[in-house]
Amino acid sequence: MTTLTVETSALVGRHLRHLGRVPMRLLGVTVMPVAYVVIFGYLFGSVIEVPDGGYREFLMAGIFAQMMLTNLQHTALGVVDDLGNGIDDRFRSLPIAGLAVPLARTVADLTRVVIACVAMAVVGYAMGWRTHTGPAQVLAGFGLLLLLGFAASWIGVLLGLRLRSAETVSAVAFLVIMPMTFLSNAFIPLRGLPDWLRTACEWNPLSAVVAACRELFGNPGTTGDALPMRHPVAASLLLTVALLLISATLAAHTYRAAARGR
Amino acid sequence: MDLTIEAEGLRKSYGTHTALAGVDLAVPAGTVLGLLGPNGAGKTTMVRILSTLLTPDGGSARVCGYDVVRKPREVRRRVGLTGQYAAVDELLTGRENLVLIGVLHHLGRRAARTRADELLERFQLTDAAERAARTYSGGMRRRLDLAASLVADPPVLVLDEPTTGLDVTNRRTLWAMVREQVAKGTTVLLTTQYLEEADHLAGRILVLDGGKVIAEGTSDELKRKVGDEHLQIRVREAAQRAAAVAALTAVTTHRPVLDDDGVSLRLPMGDGLTGLAAAAAALAAARVDVESFASCAPTLDDVFLNLTGRSSAEQSEAAA
Repeated sequence: MTTLTVETSALVGRHLRHLGRVPMRLLGVTVMPVAYVVIFGYLFGSVIEVPDGGYREFLMAGIFAQMMLTNLQHTALGVVDDLGNGIDDRFRSLPIAGLAVPLARTVADLTRVVIACVAMAVVGYAMGWRTHTGPAQVLAGFGLLLLLGFAASWIGVLLGLRLRSAETVSAVAFLVIMPMTFLSNAFIPLRGLPDWLRTACEWNPLSAVVAACRELFGNPGTTGDALPMRHPVAASLLLTVALLLISATLAAHTYRAAARGR
Repeated sequence: MDLTIEAEGLRKSYGTHTALAGVDLAVPAGTVLGLLGPNGAGKTTMVRILSTLLTPDGGSARVCGYDVVRKPREVRRRVGLTGQYAAVDELLTGRENLVLIGVLHHLGRRAARTRADELLERFQLTDAAERAARTYSGGMRRRLDLAASLVADPPVLVLDEPTTGLDVTNRRTLWAMVREQVAKGTTVLLTTQYLEEADHLAGRILVLDGGKVIAEGTSDELKRKVGDEHLQIRVREAAQRAAAVAALTAVTTHRPVLDDDGVSLRLPMGDGLTGLAAAAAALAAARVDVESFASCAPTLDDVFLNLTGRSSAEQSEAAA
């Protein structure tokens, strides 16, 4: 194993132990997302009509994507926590790779959203969600979602390192997550919206990921006129990879540069 | 002389606030240097620069011959840091905390476990090894933190206010543990606001104020700067003080210094035991009703007062 692997896996182990020790954190990745599936499925499902499969099939890709996006806040709060209690200084004082600390956190948080995905998929299945494609496509859909979750996590590292306070992180994360999820096709079909709003929603990167997942799962609701909606898989892959590269580069740079500040 | 830590002209500012305004220091191998000063004197900034957590704006520093800016990895291999806040993972157990640090030092999992057990034993944490650090008392946390900084057996130990907030018993336990480490040949840089702590642990002391070194020397040298031992005498009634002064002036060439409270006076003591006996005899012969009669060595608090015109407590308030 390379030194970076040894260091990162040791630190991932630390985060996974945390997950097991704080029951509230496990609730965050099981009960909360499941509650979303149930509440949205029944609540919106009763008023929104989606042809060819119904709202619950439509909803699942959207709710998975929303879960991935909220990873941003979780990661950022974790980073702020470590900055505040001195453990970050401890790690910085060790002869380890600068990348190991943020990489371990994002990898651990990815594991966390995998657990959430499984919980949501099980409940979704019980509520009637089915995929209508082959296993390779379904796995590709989840792969795309996890890529988004990983990118969101790196944005979270960047926010945490820059903002350094839990209150500010929560406020900023809300300002990013809320419009991204609700101005998208995650929970509602876009065809009923006024043209300008629909165009804005169709160009939202989250919409591309959601549309791509619907296509890969064989779920309904992938229609749209904007370019990302016509080629959702390619568009979402391009967008998430670009997002990941940019945010990870900036976050890693910010982590290393912290010594020049305070 | 083999210098383990050396720094020349270290400068650091945060915006318009100058934390360090050109500090030099030199710590010979196997010795303890105490950085003494109130809050805001620049102690923590110094520690953060020497442990590579912070880049200085100017000047240079080397630890074990490695430049802290150009060779941070080499410095980190050789410095164990115990920061101002006990930097332990609260959710992990004591043992897990130490094993994690060991693995990060590439000791290998098995050796990291062995090392963790040794340190838990040495720092009296074996019974609490399987408990989450969150459940530890303040003293236990500091001990775990100190143990964590010793996992890789570093030749240099940097302690930033290691006993701030601890009670007397825990403070003494920690001091004993630091001294044990020094006995093994570790070079220690220690910051403290407690004059007693510097007096107790450090061979040499650097007094910092406002980012500058205002005095340097051994504890005794610093005390000597303020003056020798003196007699502290307190009479029972203010009216008797004049009689006491008259009696004392007859037996010594020193001039007694009167305190503001009206009943106390201080007499510099040059003649050792003979002077003490003469003073006592003179007071008894003059039938002065003495409430207390004590020979006092100057404390480091006196040193601070003398050097800066303010007591260390006032310094802290001014900085806060």
